[in-house]
Amino acid sequence: MVESCIMLSGQPLEIRWHGRGGQGAKTAALLFGEAALDTGMYIQAFPEYGPERMGAPVAAFNRLSDKPIRSHAGMKTPRVVVVLDASLIEPAKVTEGLIEDGGILLVNSNEDPAILRKQLNLPPGIKLYVVDASKIAMETVGKNVPNTPMLGALVKATGVLEFEPMMEAIKHKLGEKFRGGKEKFIEPNLVSVRRAYEEVRC
Amino acid sequence: MAKLKSWKELPCGAIIDDPKAVLDNKTGAWRSQRPCWSAEKCIHCLNCWIFCPDAAIMVKDGKMTGINYDYCKGCGICANVCPTKVQAITMEEERK
Amino acid sequence: MILAKTGNEALAYAMRQINPDVVAAYPITPSTEIVQIFAQYVSDGKVDSEFVAVESEHSAMAACIGSAASGCRTMTATASQGLMLMHEMLFIAGGLRLPIVMPIASRSVSSPLNIHGDHSDSLASRDSGWMQFFCETVQEGYDTLIQCVKIAERASLPVICAVDGFILSHCMERIETFEDAPVREFIGAYKPNWNLLDYKQPILVGPATMQDYFFEFKRSQIEGMNQALPIIEAVQAEFKQKFGRGYGIIDEYRCEDAEAVVLLMGSACGTMRDAVDTMRNQGKKVGMVKLRVFRPWPAQVLKESLRKFKTVAVMDRADTVNAWGGALFTETTSALYDLDARPKVLSYVYGLGGKEFSLADAATVLEQAYAGRKEDLVTYIGVR
Repeated sequence: MVESCIMLSGQPLEIRWHGRGGQGAKTAALLFGEAALDTGMYIQAFPEYGPERMGAPVAAFNRLSDKPIRSHAGMKTPRVVVVLDASLIEPAKVTEGLIEDGGILLVNSNEDPAILRKQLNLPPGIKLYVVDASKIAMETVGKNVPNTPMLGALVKATGVLEFEPMMEAIKHKLGEKFRGGKEKFIEPNLVSVRRAYEEVRC
Repeated sequence: MAKLKSWKELPCGAIIDDPKAVLDNKTGAWRSQRPCWSAEKCIHCLNCWIFCPDAAIMVKDGKMTGINYDYCKGCGICANVCPTKVQAITMEEERK
Repeated sequence: MILAKTGNEALAYAMRQINPDVVAAYPITPSTEIVQIFAQYVSDGKVDSEFVAVESEHSAMAACIGSAASGCRTMTATASQGLMLMHEMLFIAGGLRLPIVMPIASRSVSSPLNIHGDHSDSLASRDSGWMQFFCETVQEGYDTLIQCVKIAERASLPVICAVDGFILSHCMERIETFEDAPVREFIGAYKPNWNLLDYKQPILVGPATMQDYFFEFKRSQIEGMNQALPIIEAVQAEFKQKFGRGYGIIDEYRCEDAEAVVLLMGSACGTMRDAVDTMRNQGKKVGMVKLRVFRPWPAQVLKESLRKFKTVAVMDRADTVNAWGGALFTETTSALYDLDARPKVLSYVYGLGGKEFSLADAATVLEQAYAGRKEDLVTYIGVR
């Protein structure tokens, strides 16, 4: 397992999330943005501005930087693409604009990375990471909510955040979300992040 | 009629900060029907005072004392609400 | 405190700190969350505000007018069709000189229906007697909304504080918030000029006026807007002194020795800054002038700034559909008219209905401005 380590140097790191309405692509982008903020970065997190329909392909975006981010333009050439649902690979054109030299593609799939790579016909400069986030989510949270575990895989694949500080930030955020008797959902979510971090392959 | 003010003398916002200014406007001149009040018939129920849309019913110590013709526009509501058995207010043609 | 907040969250957060007496609002995309989050603050007991859930934006503004006329610090939020439905009420708030503060998430106006960001809604309200601020970032939206309370009350004018719909309203950014106490200290207590409910000093609000007084009342209102700019500058200075962040009526970016500049408002300014940097690295003398305050129209400030340049490209995120470009363009050219030596002014309309405005688009405008030439009176960026 070779970890990437993206260093921020003035230019924002751009990440695009693909999911289906209801899978939490936007939530994941916001959560990732907040976690990055907690480690001292400048961040943007924004959804694709379309009609919100359950099941429809949706996208969300992150910019992370060590300097203030000024651009409010859309994102055309992301360095990283995260796919929450492998069935989107064809219809959502997930590799469109992905930087060919040093780009990272992270897919939620139970497929073998080498086979997937061949299927996608990926240029050699793009690194492919695969994790079965749906399975992890089913085994931990008990529901197919791949967005939270994907955060762990994303940190492993990019190295842009340190794992433990990110876990702290996620724990904090989940604590805000799961209140009033729902606290029991926090720990399984955290376990799912940790497992995805450990189980992601390339 | 008071002298018209310049814009610099007006309060901030479209308000009239001197409500007494309405006293200058003698709306009684609008009247074509005149309420006539009979002190003998009046039972001082003050229905007319309650319903008058202006403040043209004059009352002292809980008793109706007459109609202020400077401001009464002659709408006839007072005559209308005066109890049927009493009929202390009746409308008549205004004679200039 | 350093926080990650979307534009809507940041505006609602500022509203919580402002703790207005009354908020009357009706939700509409993309400003819905401002009202939704604020309503949550109300039900969580985090503000003392009376929240009035009304049946339309027309009613929202009507309730705000009644509330403000009763001496209450009053806020609402809306966008697009909601602002359109408020339209006649906006003029009443302006004429009564009620300092209502209204954040909006700027959005296009139907038809065709579109929920995305442009400045059509706020600019269509430009003659209603409201001050208008346009913000570049989520941080600026937060800061400006706090300033707006003080500006509105000191100037006795209502104010719109606009962030671009979706582009800022739904974009999470890093912002630095202040503690509640200094914010409340900064805005101070509201001392209304008059109060409809003060039975010791009875007044008549909104009288019918004829030829004898209507124009005089209007002239008085116009003077209020004429006097607003120094008030804005003073409050911005007080804000800087207290909180350390400074804002101007305009913001000149890399304008020293610039030959050509772009004048624009809102979130696209950030993208334009990146484009200016790129061109500066190529040795091209270009800059950007960001306009933050659209009402009152800062003609003198713009005149002083823009006279220095050879070419000014004016970028409107709305069209007036008057066959003469956008409002920013026509008002800018009119502001420059009586200069002896005027810059050449180019007109661009961009980003309607949330149309992408990319770094490349920004660079194209800068290149054309730098060359000082283009063919059409108005260039529509990115239209097929």
